[in-house]
Amino acid sequence: MILRLQTTKVGKIRFASHRDIAKVWERSLRRAEIPLVYSEGFSPRPKISFGLALPTGAESECEYLDFHLDDQKYETSNISSIPQVLTKVLPEGITITGMVKMPKKYVSLQQSVTSTTWGIEVKENTKDVQKWKEIVLTSDELIIKRTRKGKQVVDDIRPYIRAIGVEEDVSKTTIKAELKTQPRSLRPSEFLVAAKPNLTMVRLRRLKQFIDTGDSQIGPLDLGDSLDSDLELCSS
Amino acid sequence: MRMSTIWDRLEGYLDSVEKPARYIGLEQGSLKPLHDESNVAWLLTYPDVYEVGLPNQGLQILYEILNESPIAEAERAYAPWVDLEKIMRDEGIPLFSVDTHRPANEFDVIAFNLSSELVYTNLINCLDLAGVPVSSVDRTGNDPLIGAGGHCVYNPEPLANIVDFFALGDGEEVVSDITKVIHEYKSSEDVTQSRRDLLQELSKLEGVYVPSMYEATYDESGAQVLKPVNDEIPELIEKRTIIDLEEWPYPKKQLVPITEVVHDRLNVEVFRGCTRGCRFCQAGMITRPVRERSDEQVRTMVQSGLQRTGYDEVALTSLSTADYSGIKNVVEETIADPSNCGQVSISLPSLRVDAFTVDIAASIQNARRTGLTFAPEAGTWRMRQVINKLIREEDLYGAVESAFSQGWRRMKLYFLIGLPTETDEDTLGIARLAANCVAIGKRYTSAASVTVSVGGFVPKPFTPFQWFGQNTLEELTRKVNLLKDEVRKTKGVKLKWHDPKATLVEGILSRGDRRLGDVLKSVWSSGGTFQEWSEYFNLDLWISAMEKEGLEYEWFAYRHRDLEEPLPWDHLDAGLYKDFLWQEWRDALEEIGLEDCRWTPCYDCGACTGYGLDHVVASTSPPVGGSQGTWQDLDTGSYAPQLLQITSKAR
Repeated sequence: MILRLQTTKVGKIRFASHRDIAKVWERSLRRAEIPLVYSEGFSPRPKISFGLALPTGAESECEYLDFHLDDQKYETSNISSIPQVLTKVLPEGITITGMVKMPKKYVSLQQSVTSTTWGIEVKENTKDVQKWKEIVLTSDELIIKRTRKGKQVVDDIRPYIRAIGVEEDVSKTTIKAELKTQPRSLRPSEFLVAAKPNLTMVRLRRLKQFIDTGDSQIGPLDLGDSLDSDLELCSS
Repeated sequence: MRMSTIWDRLEGYLDSVEKPARYIGLEQGSLKPLHDESNVAWLLTYPDVYEVGLPNQGLQILYEILNESPIAEAERAYAPWVDLEKIMRDEGIPLFSVDTHRPANEFDVIAFNLSSELVYTNLINCLDLAGVPVSSVDRTGNDPLIGAGGHCVYNPEPLANIVDFFALGDGEEVVSDITKVIHEYKSSEDVTQSRRDLLQELSKLEGVYVPSMYEATYDESGAQVLKPVNDEIPELIEKRTIIDLEEWPYPKKQLVPITEVVHDRLNVEVFRGCTRGCRFCQAGMITRPVRERSDEQVRTMVQSGLQRTGYDEVALTSLSTADYSGIKNVVEETIADPSNCGQVSISLPSLRVDAFTVDIAASIQNARRTGLTFAPEAGTWRMRQVINKLIREEDLYGAVESAFSQGWRRMKLYFLIGLPTETDEDTLGIARLAANCVAIGKRYTSAASVTVSVGGFVPKPFTPFQWFGQNTLEELTRKVNLLKDEVRKTKGVKLKWHDPKATLVEGILSRGDRRLGDVLKSVWSSGGTFQEWSEYFNLDLWISAMEKEGLEYEWFAYRHRDLEEPLPWDHLDAGLYKDFLWQEWRDALEEIGLEDCRWTPCYDCGACTGYGLDHVVASTSPPVGGSQGTWQDLDTGSYAPQLLQITSKAR
């Protein structure tokens, strides 16, 4: 059985890399005595797959992973309590906020997620950021140089920008931006250099991940069936 | 109350440093002690980066024992990497604990683990980053006490003017004794009590050496002699030894880091001490006698440890794990344990080639096939008799054949060069052994390769070789080149070597005296930190610091000592009789081997006799294997730990 989890990554743990977190999950699943199906071959690994990597240092309210539960070795009645059992053994800052059972055939997280919303706290004041936003939104194209797979490429990133909002809270200015992740992700750091003067990131938080189905935007949990979990599923 | 945190000041900079996860703590098993002003607060510090320091079992054991005490609390710190250090210096952020990000100078004790001489300048750097004066004379009542333990403290003299106290031997008990003395001092109403009174009290504890309580003089040959400053100070400081390892099943909650570290697996110590008697090996000499854990306790520690940590690999650690009498049971039952969640693999570090067979090869590393290292140490039988590492060539070939036949394609062989009486024939013997190993491998796979790793020999205190003059830099370099030319002739042999320049510095410090304190400070102040890292090691800094202090490195490192010469560690007692070590040194030069005393009559090295204890070994008969004893007409024994037959994979 494939289960999809939605989790947070907030606080000090934000400095752990994507690779570190993958190891944390492997160990936490073993600690929680949740049996996984292993891959075949010379060096068998438990079947876990992760969604889009989060930059080291960023926080998130919506990380996802899929894992292949070995349901022959696990009491069916216990499945719904997996989120509680796991949260207990996960490090501080990672909390499970949703779980669904995935259908037999499904598209991987990396391929299916089409856009994500970021909260980007920047150094500049709100007035300047508003101006910056207008430039970005009124431009037909935004050409930047970025590195992909070690190569410098020149791209128009304007089509990747779906929406921008600017919020002011006490003395902090935060941009809320929905950026597309297909065919390749636009990173928040690249987004901030879309127009001059470039903005400086202070803190980054992933707020939502979306899957565009053509006529509506859904969350990654909407593709699965909810289990009788006590958790409130906050997929929207 | 002093209980602040520097997290808010640090956090904003972590986005701009390499591997920030090493500064966040959050390890599974870590604690956030509630700070209590009356507690004795320890900052257990490893003076190298987190990835190297976190797995240190000694610090983890003390961390738990201290935090279990009602009058102590302990946190951990590691040396920040150079990028963060620069930021910390620019922004005035002090050294901090990773547990609660408390500044180092708010602790009562900063205690270091010293496992290599090359980290000494990092210790100084950590003190400076903590805002603590680096010389012990400059510290006053409000400054933390600076302590150190670990294998290097068997000659702590180079740090004698920097560190306040050293703890010799096993730390499990002495750490509580030290805590008690500091606690009494802290809670005392007597305002006339000074830091010096406290240090004097500490110096009376068994196993604790307070260098400021001893005055150093130098005889006409230049050798250092120490004298206690008053009658209350002991003339001889004996190391601490815990008699029953079974009473100390620590760490109970081994720390599982968030980010990758070295030895990233569950570690269970199966015994402490070793009586194989390799004459170059300081660890084997100073940790005697052998004290085993019962296989039942090992099994429990493995089982609960795997469950609690979520690791899928466990290492059974000791100085020579194949000698553990419960090895067969533990390996078999761990792999077959139905309570394992997923596959579990076992690694056995420090395997002797004479006990490595096809069956062990088949059973260990069953989930993943990682590296395999054997340590023949020397290239000829003659040389191995000198160092008392009595493994025969056929033992090595048997082990190598076992590994290749079980699918391994490459292995690592570890050797020392610069050993006493070594000739070029001995050095070249290393290349010959390696070539023969590759030839064996080629019978199984065309990809067979062997990496030869050579280290320059550094004579260590409390070993039979403590009187030996280390090979010069030029001589070691010549031997490395000799080997380079020789291995080039064989395809499949790769050579790696430890920088002979670093070996020289290790040699200066290993048997150095108090005068080297100023050399350390001088190297540190010229930027000489992270000397264990080849990209930062700089011999010139050391040579010019020695010159500046008017000291000859040749005198410290290259000179043979004789029996009459006072040694800088003569006031310390590692449990070994000096005449035993001297006899061993003479026997080494005569190429006479010495048997393992676990299964042969006692030859009175002093380790047991002095304490009225005995080797704690579960099996009364020795393991089968060529090396048992000297291979000089010895019984081969009857108990055979290598007959393991475990092939099933636990799923």
